Amino acid sequence: MKASDLGELALRNLREAVLRNSLTTLGVAVGVASLVAMLSLGVGLQQFTNRRLASSGLFNAIFVAPRTNFTGFGPRAEAPVEHPRPLDEAARIEMEHLAGVTEVYPQIRFMTELRYNSVPYTTVVAGLPSSDRSDSAFDGMQGRFFSSQTADEAILGIRFARELSPKDTGALIGRDLVLRYAARQPLNSSTEASDAGAPPKSPKSGKGAHSDSGADQGLSGFSVVPRKKTLRIIGIIKSEPEAGFGGFRATQVYIPLTLAQTLQATQVSDLREVLQGPGAGEGQRYASLTVRVKSSSQVVAVENEIKKMGFRTFSLFDASRNLRLLFALLDLLLGIFGSLALAVATLGIVNTLVMAILERRREIGVLKALGAADRDVKQLFFVEAGTMGVLGGIFGVGMGWFIGRLLTWGTNFYLHRQSLPSVDVSAVPWWLALGAIAFAVGVSLAAGIYPAARAARLDPVEALRYE
Amino acid sequence: MNGTNDGQAIRAESVSRHYQIGEAVIRAVDGVTFQVERGEFVSLLGASGSGKSTLLNLLAGLDRPTGGEIWVESRSLGAMSSIELARYRSHTVGMVFQAFNLLPRMTLEENVELPLRLAEVDRAERSARVREALERVGLGRRLAHRPGELSGGEQQRAALARALVNRPSILLADEPTGNLDSKTGAEIMELLREFNDKLSMTIVMVTHEAALADRFSDRIVTIADGKLLSNVVKT
Ligand SMILES: Nc1ncnc2c1ncn2[C@@H]1O[C@H](COP(=O)(O)OP(=O)(O)OP(=O)(O)O)[C@@H](O)[C@H]1O
Ligand SMILES: [Mg+2]
Repeated sequence: MKASDLGELALRNLREAVLRNSLTTLGVAVGVASLVAMLSLGVGLQQFTNRRLASSGLFNAIFVAPRTNFTGFGPRAEAPVEHPRPLDEAARIEMEHLAGVTEVYPQIRFMTELRYNSVPYTTVVAGLPSSDRSDSAFDGMQGRFFSSQTADEAILGIRFARELSPKDTGALIGRDLVLRYAARQPLNSSTEASDAGAPPKSPKSGKGAHSDSGADQGLSGFSVVPRKKTLRIIGIIKSEPEAGFGGFRATQVYIPLTLAQTLQATQVSDLREVLQGPGAGEGQRYASLTVRVKSSSQVVAVENEIKKMGFRTFSLFDASRNLRLLFALLDLLLGIFGSLALAVATLGIVNTLVMAILERRREIGVLKALGAADRDVKQLFFVEAGTMGVLGGIFGVGMGWFIGRLLTWGTNFYLHRQSLPSVDVSAVPWWLALGAIAFAVGVSLAAGIYPAARAARLDPVEALRYE
Repeated sequence: MNGTNDGQAIRAESVSRHYQIGEAVIRAVDGVTFQVERGEFVSLLGASGSGKSTLLNLLAGLDRPTGGEIWVESRSLGAMSSIELARYRSHTVGMVFQAFNLLPRMTLEENVELPLRLAEVDRAERSARVREALERVGLGRRLAHRPGELSGGEQQRAALARALVNRPSILLADEPTGNLDSKTGAEIMELLREFNDKLSMTIVMVTHEAALADRFSDRIVTIADGKLLSNVVKT
């Protein structure tokens, strides 16, 4: 039979038992919808995560730390090194000159006291590199980003801003904050360090002028002096910028990174530096540096170069391999769950077609008597199964998309009440839609194999015997 | 002796169709040998259960004999593949049944079009041929009717139109008047006669009514218990 005749006869047969066939098709649609909804959730979450990761710049960043001779807790891949190379300014400049590197900067966070309208607040201040300007946290912020990396400016987190001015946070912009912090000063020039003599008040002084007299030579340290700095509030952000490794963790006051470096504020990590013994303290050392690379494809090469220089490195590009694997696994699991409904729908197709054979025994006999070959009968049943697959697939993709929308809507309704930004938790890309329809057709045809073969085998003499 | 000679439409040589049911063997058709000439109108006469329908289905290629051989227009049915047999049913023979066997949800037009679809006749040609076939049996104005809206006689006419729409050379009819009263039955027989005369179709008709066979056919072949009893050529 010609394809057009097959199609016509199949459609007419489907219409003749319209209720039963619609229900069967609906079963396929529900199966496809559950599959599409599940996978769209997987795809949506993956897209969301990828977007967040990409905007965080984590994929073109390398975290660098000195090798340690620290052999304490936790498994370590590398053996401890006798004399690790210090992560100092010279190393930083060397890294900055590697091909593909755009920026190398330390992470600067310190505890301070801030005064606003003479009221003191204790908080954590962090330095932001200029590359963070593109972070999504600054989209739609109140005010603006820093005018330069050395400007005496500050951007506040919304929580801190509310603490300062509960009624109108916008009024803060343009006002001044006084930053009081502990600055480091090399010991040989630290005569002015007023409080240095009082042991309990200078715990960070690795080598106080008086304490460990025997270890004087070869060791150096710094003293801590209180300083003040007036900053202008220029912006307020709702969410935290991604900080590269380590994160800003609850930081609510941001200042330009270069400014933060010139402040020479003491950081928690300085303590270790001082304790590291001979050689430490000559010039500034970094506990860690973040290396930004032009594109993620250069990460591996740059990482290897830095390793050769004698440092430990870590990059998410490497680590994200596992993340990608995890998502593939998640998709697989969601797909399997979604397919279960489709499998049940397949049984529906088998059932419907077998029923149709019983009902259409005589009709099949007549067709054969009029010249239909076994092949024609088989194809007719296949086309009927395939048609239910196509219709169920199309309808199911629509339903799945709709369920995905509902999920997104519901999630965002919830997020909104928690005053969190909205998220697209589900996505139906074209390959998923087409793939689902093709899958539905394939599965339906597979379901048609047995009924079609049975119909084709039907003995016409038996079917036509007069009852 | 192989094949059919020029004048022969059908030749059956020691044809048997046995059914094995457990230990028992049912000999529905048992060693039947006979011929049908081109353009002949033959009646197969016999009591119920004598094997008439079984023999007719063998001639139609709907069933295969367990013994013997059938030639139709010089071709052996036994040598045909199942696809070739389907083509044979489509192009060489037309069939009508006691139960009419029209498809109830299709209109007469669609019912009669079915053999054309199966024979892959061009769409453009179809509607004219359907109309012509239905007009020949006097149903030219009932194209859009469904079988349920027709009387038994009209349904059998439609079935006849369906059997001849592909212009087969042989018509096989299994008790075509079995479900009809004698007057309507006679009308159907007149139509068969007309096909035989005007279209020179070879006709093999199964019946258990000797009177009908006697009145309309050229020759009567009688069977009982699957065997040929007599082969009477009328004058
Ligand atoms: N599939 C089968 N299995 C077993 N026996 C069968 C089968 N088909 C037919 N028979 C037997 O073969 C014999 C001939 O059957 P057939 O239908 O050819 O008779 P018939 O002459 O057409 O009778 P009727 O006039 O009642 O139609 C019967 O005894 C029947 O029971
Ligand atoms: Mg019979």
